[in-house]
This record gives sequence, structure tokens and C-alpha cells, in this order.
Amino acid sequence: MPETARGGGAAGGAPGAARPGGGGANGGTARVTPKDFDSEHRPTWCPGCGDYAILTAIKKTLADLGIAPHQVMIISGIGCGSKLPDYIHANGFMTIHGRPLAVATGFRLANPEMTVLVVDGDGDAYGIGGNHFIHTCRRNINLTHIVQNNQIYALTKGQYSPTSEQGFVTTTSPDGAPERPVLPTALAFAAGATFIARAFAGRPQHMVEVMKEAVRHPGYALVDVMQPCVTFNKLNTYEWYDQRAYDAAAEPGYDPADPVQAWERVNQWGDRIPIGILYRTVRPTYEEGVRALQRHGPPARWTERDLPGEVWDAMVEAFT
Amino acid sequence: MTPATVDLTVTIGGDAGQGIESSGTAFARALMRAGWHIFTMVDYRSRIRGGHNFYQIRVSDRPLYSHSDPVHLLLAMTEETLKIHLDNLAPGAAVIYDEGFKRVDRAEIEAAGVLAFPAPLSRLAARHGSKVMMNTAALGAAAGLLGVDLEPIASVIHDNFGRKGSRVAEANQEVLREARDWAAAELARREGGQAGGNGQDGQAPSAFRYRLGPRGPVTGRRMAIHGNHALALGAVAGGCRFAAAYPMTPGTSLFEFLTAHSHRTGVVTKHAEDEIAAMCMVVGAAHAGARALTTTSGGGFSLMVEALGMAGMVELPVVIVVAQRGGPSTGLPTRTEQGDLLFAVHASQGEFPRIVLAPGTIEDCFEAGWRAFNLAESFQCPVIILTDQYLASSLRDLPAGALDRRGVVIDRGPVLTASDLDALAEPYLRFRDTPSGVSPRAIPGHPKGVYALTTDEHDEESHITEEIGSRVQQMAKRMRKLDSAAAAMRGPRWYGPPDAEVTLICWGSLYGPCRDAVDRAAAAGRSVNMLHFSDLWPLPEDEVNMALAMVNRAVAVEQNYSGQFARLLRMVTGFEVEATLNKFDGRQFTPGEILEGLEEAVGAHA
Ligand SMILES: Cc1ncc(C[n+]2csc(CCOP(=O)(O)OP(=O)(O)O)c2C)c(N)n1
Ligand code: SF4
Ligand SMILES: [Mg+2]
Repeated sequence: MPETARGGGAAGGAPGAARPGGGGANGGTARVTPKDFDSEHRPTWCPGCGDYAILTAIKKTLADLGIAPHQVMIISGIGCGSKLPDYIHANGFMTIHGRPLAVATGFRLANPEMTVLVVDGDGDAYGIGGNHFIHTCRRNINLTHIVQNNQIYALTKGQYSPTSEQGFVTTTSPDGAPERPVLPTALAFAAGATFIARAFAGRPQHMVEVMKEAVRHPGYALVDVMQPCVTFNKLNTYEWYDQRAYDAAAEPGYDPADPVQAWERVNQWGDRIPIGILYRTVRPTYEEGVRALQRHGPPARWTERDLPGEVWDAMVEAFT
Repeated sequence: MTPATVDLTVTIGGDAGQGIESSGTAFARALMRAGWHIFTMVDYRSRIRGGHNFYQIRVSDRPLYSHSDPVHLLLAMTEETLKIHLDNLAPGAAVIYDEGFKRVDRAEIEAAGVLAFPAPLSRLAARHGSKVMMNTAALGAAAGLLGVDLEPIASVIHDNFGRKGSRVAEANQEVLREARDWAAAELARREGGQAGGNGQDGQAPSAFRYRLGPRGPVTGRRMAIHGNHALALGAVAGGCRFAAAYPMTPGTSLFEFLTAHSHRTGVVTKHAEDEIAAMCMVVGAAHAGARALTTTSGGGFSLMVEALGMAGMVELPVVIVVAQRGGPSTGLPTRTEQGDLLFAVHASQGEFPRIVLAPGTIEDCFEAGWRAFNLAESFQCPVIILTDQYLASSLRDLPAGALDRRGVVIDRGPVLTASDLDALAEPYLRFRDTPSGVSPRAIPGHPKGVYALTTDEHDEESHITEEIGSRVQQMAKRMRKLDSAAAAMRGPRWYGPPDAEVTLICWGSLYGPCRDAVDRAAAAGRSVNMLHFSDLWPLPEDEVNMALAMVNRAVAVEQNYSGQFARLLRMVTGFEVEATLNKFDGRQFTPGEILEGLEEAVGAHA
């Protein structure tokens, strides 16, 4: 094997890569600032789009946690918001519509030493990728899932989405959206998610605090962000969200670890919509249960010497 | 090749749920340990209980590459087995069945020139504790008729049952021995008694003439292995460290093997929520830098198609094993076919390079298991390994050291090490335009190798663009890799006499049946050879053309309806075969069927 090849694994599991949940994971060296994530590529989003605030919040979250651009992998789907990795200086992967959770799962299992964020739309997460959403919740794999939930299919110019309000008129629902909307927070709870939060793009500082907790959370963390689409969703506007959003943490007796309270909050969607951490519990992560990972280290760090002769011989012996 | 002096087929048949496959596998392994070459074929239906299954074991003193007809010894574990297989028995063949079968017409069996052995199978089994051991009794009786030493069978039973508690193992050994003794005594009684017909003239023969004897001539430690397991071993030896899959016959046993050994090998495996997820997980793992594969069959591969294109667009090395079965749709879930070739070559929208390998033998499967990763990483593209139910599940014997990991070469293609990246003066360009089309890959994690992949068209930096210059450059760069890859592809393999009058053109699992057909043709004085293709896409055109120039009359043999490989060959080279032999009933061609088909297609003189 040529020498260049040997480093393939070494680079993949670069020592000092961010450990999820570990603030100051940058080896204690240079401070990370939001500017480190600036890209020369300007977003092509409409002026006023809620995705700008999400982009800024992600930069600030990572900087505050001391996670540098090379220590994070941002995996997105296809949609307006899923273009985000193109507008930030960090490792990224803009995958295909609805599949970023599955791609991220493979990435995490091959390299559990890097912080993984999945950023995708409501169409990605709750529509075409709904199956992956359910299974990622119950799998409790260690990644942060930020959903740009604008209750519309924006990139395809305004069709109703799984979270559109029933009766919402769009080009594919001229008589009004026929189905009840999905309530992602409740679905995540039912599917066994260990961290369920909601943020609002119109309250950026609060969003950063929620995202930081989500990245720190050991296991799967959902941050469903109410993201106004100023072009195609004239119903769920900044004002619409602002009038309804309230900080769950400010409620008397707030306890996100209490599943009874949490069940009520994850189901609340109407005149009042809770934002903040709605539910949080700790269960072993998926990675912790994968014995091959625990014993042999990240697959990304593979070297030719990894397979001992006696293991090979025993495998072959079984066929004689 | 010197003709075989022994070439027998033993079939064990019964209901699904009766353990037919495990008994057949055990007997095949025992015959291998007794010094015989073996080749097996599994025939079962897509259900867990009920319905006829059978397991066929061909035994010879010469190496075997396929199953064959007719059957010389039938172990009928149900009455239905007798009815189904009676037509396919050789003159003078024997059937062993339970003496308790009520509706068996012994006269009918004997009228067909077959020896009937109603045996105390369930009686012996019950006496030692459980009728479940009926299969063991049948194997014992078979050993008695064939004249095989008991020790190799006893050793396999020990390996299989040893751990389940010694009582079970002991009981099985007793049943085995008593059944063998019963059969040997019965045979001796009949031979000592009347001298009867020879089976040729419709009279019941008195002596069973298809004997193997105590030991075969093959020496040295051997292994019996099927294509899925050989491929799995090759993948492990080649540094596969991640596999994700969703169960689908006949791909499943490969994934199960990787999972069973995961703790020791360090291969992380994930049973995904569906094939879309499995393929996407493999893409994610490949991006992280791991050698990653998925296994499936046509239906699962259909679901993977969009993500296959993703791997093509972002130039990630992934390996997809597609074990074909009868299609379309759910089709013939447990049966064989080569119906997915053109699908594999063209799957997913747009144009991007991919490599398609179709191993023909067990050794090929092992090699494909590691070579696929080298090709995938050298050309940063998906590699599809096309096998099928026949190759995936048929056991063949090899020397124990034949699948040698010391022969495995690892080539990870152009990958930048941490020190390469440290030394970079310019910004890193993930999709730098290069003469070969392959751009050195930085595995994510290094401060100087920060980039974001995108399935949108992109520029050298991997930023989204629709600008004409970048589009044309990147498209040409990607497609150029196909030319680079073609140089790494191998031309077809010849077997048989050079300059034969007729050439069998085949690919994948038909290597075995066609090879055996060539040998039989030679024995019958017919001039036939074989040109077998394993590297199917991209076809190395020069080598293929050179080989085709040496063909006199070409007959394509394929396990599909439309002759997909013949079409592909014509598309790439303009070469027209004279005739095609196609089989799409879900059952693999036997060498005999190929020769018969050949006679129809090009006449008996060939
Ligand atoms: C398999 C597939 N189907 C359809 C599309 C077209 N498509 C692109 S984005 C999108 C919906 C986007 O909605 P959402 O995920 O909510 O993201 P948003 O644009 O609202 O941010 C669709 C249907 C696609 N790219 N791939
Ligand atoms: S269409 Fe909507 S979601 Fe897309 S960029 Fe414009 S405002 Fe944002
Ligand atoms: Mg949307």
C-alpha cells in the first residue's frame, strides 16, 4: 500500500477531533469564533428568510462550544435550507432529499469522534425521510438534528408539507391541505427520542442556547425550528410564530425530565406554542452499544494491521 | 482433463422446516472430509414451513464446478419428494424413504429401474429420543448404501451438535451408526439373494451400483464454502470496516456472516430500517473514510438507486453486492436469475462512472470482495458486485488455504495523508481537474481539508454551481474515470480447446455449468469452448475485441429472458452472437441442458 493511502484512516480519525458534548474540544488551543465559519459564498436565500438566523446560530453555537470547522460535519438534505453547508466554512455534505439522517448515521458509526449536525427541511425530515426520522429517534445515535420547519416545500416553490396547517391552500392543495399536520415533537417523543426541543428563528439568542444544549446532549437531539418562509408561506409568518411562541423554561414548575409534563408540551400546538427544551432524558447512545466500535475503534481509522491472524484463521477454519 | 471415474448426485428432499438444507450441508461437508470433491445446490421455496425443498450434492473424484442431472441416490423425507424426483433418477438409482410412508407404490419405483429402500428412519430416531433425528438416520442409511466411512459424517455431526449438550450429539451418533448398519445389512441381504435385472431393461435391479467406497482420492485439508461467504471473507481481508443492509434473499447470508464475526473483526454492521437507509449509511461511512459495503438483491437495489447516483456524483467509493434472484418485483424470491445486468449498468439518473463485476467462481467471489474496494477507491466511484442465488448459496470444495489473505492487495487510491495536507500551500480542491479524472481525496477531519460535498453540480472546490465551464469540466472529469477504470478491467477468460467450432459466451455464475459442459462436449468429441466474462462494466474493449476475433460461432448462454449480456456486448463492440440460450425459470442451467440447447441452436455437429 502506498504511503499516501495509510493516512486515509489517520486523517479520518484525526486526534483532537471534536468529541460531541465536550465543550472546548479544540484541544485547548486557538479560540473558535463565529467568523471562522464564514464562507466567501453568500447565501442565495430570499431577504428575510428564517434560514439566515439559523445559519448564524449554528456558527455561534459551534464557536461557543469550541468546535472548529474541521471538527464538525454538517449533513443536509435537499431544499432551500439544506443549502446551508454551501454557505458555511465547515465539513459538510449536501445529500439527497430526505436522506441526511441515514447518511449521518453511517458517518457517525464510521467516525464517532466528530460532531455531526443534520440540517434539513420539514419535507426532508418528516415527509420523504419520515422513516429515517422515526428510527433515528429510537436509535439514539449521537447527532444533532436541526429542522428548518417552514411548513412548506419552499425550494419547489410552494407546495404543502407534512407540517402545513390543515386547510392551508397551496399549488398542490387548492382546496386546502387535506391531512392533519404532523407534530414532530410528539412524533419524536413517541419514537423514543431523548432530547426534543423547539426554537424560533425570530429569537436567535434563545435558539443558540437550545442548539448548544442539543449538541452537548449525548444521543439524538431534535431541534425543530419554526422558520418563516417569507416567500411561499404567508400564513406562518414571523408575527404568527411570535404571537404564539412562549419559553417553556419560564413556566412555573418546568421540568424537562418529567415525561408527563413533556408529553403535554410536545403535543401543544395552537394559540400557544412552547419553545425551548421540551423533553430531555439520558439513555445509552447507539454507539455505546456497538461492540465492534468499542473494541476496535472507528472504522475510519482502519489500518492493514487490524485483523489478527488468529481471527482470520478461526473464520476460515469454520468452513473445513 | 481426465474424465471422472466417479460422478454421482445425492439429493435429500423434504418439507420446508424439516432441516433439509442443514442436513444436506452436513452430508456434503462429510463427503468432502471423506476425500471427495463436492458441489451443492439448494432448491427451496419462499416459505418457512411446508412446500417441497431439496438439497443436491454432486460428488466426484474430479473438481466440480456445477450441479448435474440425473440423481443417483434420493433421500426422501416426505412422500411428495418421491413423486417429484422419480422422473429425474438415473437407471439403477436408489431411494431411501421411511418405511412408514403409506402411499408409496414400491412397484412403480422398481418399474422405473430404481431400487427402493424403505428404511426404519423414524423408528430409529424415535428409539433414541426424537423423530427430529430422522434426517440423521437418512444420512446414515445413505452412508451404508454408498459405502462411505462413518467417521467423517460423525465428525461433522460432532461439530454441529457437540455444543448442544452431549446427549443430543450422542443420540445422533447412535442413530447414524444404526442406520448405516441397517443399510449395509440390507444391501448385503439383497446382493446375496436374487440376481436381478440391471435397471436398464425396466426390471428392478438387485445391486446398488453407485458406490463411493470408504474414502475418496482427494487429500489435504479442504474447505466447503459458498459465494456469499467467500465474498464476505474477501471483503474482511480487504479491510471492509462497515456494512449496512436490509435483509433480502439471497444477499442476507453475506451480511449475517459479517455481523456474526463483527466483534472479532471490527467490522461495524448495521441492519438498517430499509435499503435506502442502508445505501445512505454506506455513503456516509465511505465519506468518513471507511471501506463500506451493502448487500441486497434486485428489489433492495431498486430502492438504493437514488443514493447510488449520490455516490457517483460526490465521487465516493462504495461497494454494493447485488445477489440476483428471479424478478420482476418479488418474482422468485429464493431462485436464481441474471436479470439485473442492464439495470446495474444503467441504474440511476444521469451519467456517472460505476464498475460492475460478476464473479464466476468461489475464488472469484473472494477476490471480488477485496478487489472491489481497490477499484472503488482508485476510481472513487460505486462498484457493484453482481452474483446470484446459485453462486451465493452453492458450496464447492477448495484446499483449506485457497482463500489466502496473504494474496490480498490493498490500494486505497489517491488519498491525502495528514502530512500531505499539512504541507498544502494552496487551498484544497476536492474535485481538482486531473488527467485521470480522479482527484486526491481528503478524509474529513483535517483543518486544511475542509469542504462540503454536494449532489448538486459543483466546481473544483465542491461549491454548488450551474456555470457552464464548471459543469462541462466536472462532468468530463467524472466520466474520464470510466476510461481510466477500463484499463484496470480484465478481459474474458477462455476455457477449453482453442479455436473450437462453437464458443459459449457467458458471465457470472454460468462459469461452472458452461465449464462442465465444455468438458462433456470434449468427451463426446464435440468442439466447444467457453469465453467467460467477470469484469462487465466498463468492458475493456481492446481485450474483448481481441478475444471475440478468435470466436468461430458464438452462442451466448444466459440465465435471463432477453440475453442482456449479448445486448451489452453488441452495444459496446458491435459483435453479434449467432444464437442465445436463455433460461428464466429460476433454476440454473445444468451442463446437460446447455449441451442440449446447443444442439438445437447450432446443430449436433458442433
Ligand atoms: C427524490 C426527490 N423528490 C423530489 C425532489 C424535489 N424537491 C426538492 S426540495 C423539495 C422539498 C423541499 O421542502 P423542504 O424539505 O421542506 O425544504 P425547504 O425547501 O422548505 O427548505 C422537493 C420535493 C427531490 N429533490 N428529490
Ligand atoms: S423561498 Fe422561503 S425558505 Fe426559500 S429562501 Fe426564500 S424565504 Fe427562505
Ligand atoms: Mg420546508
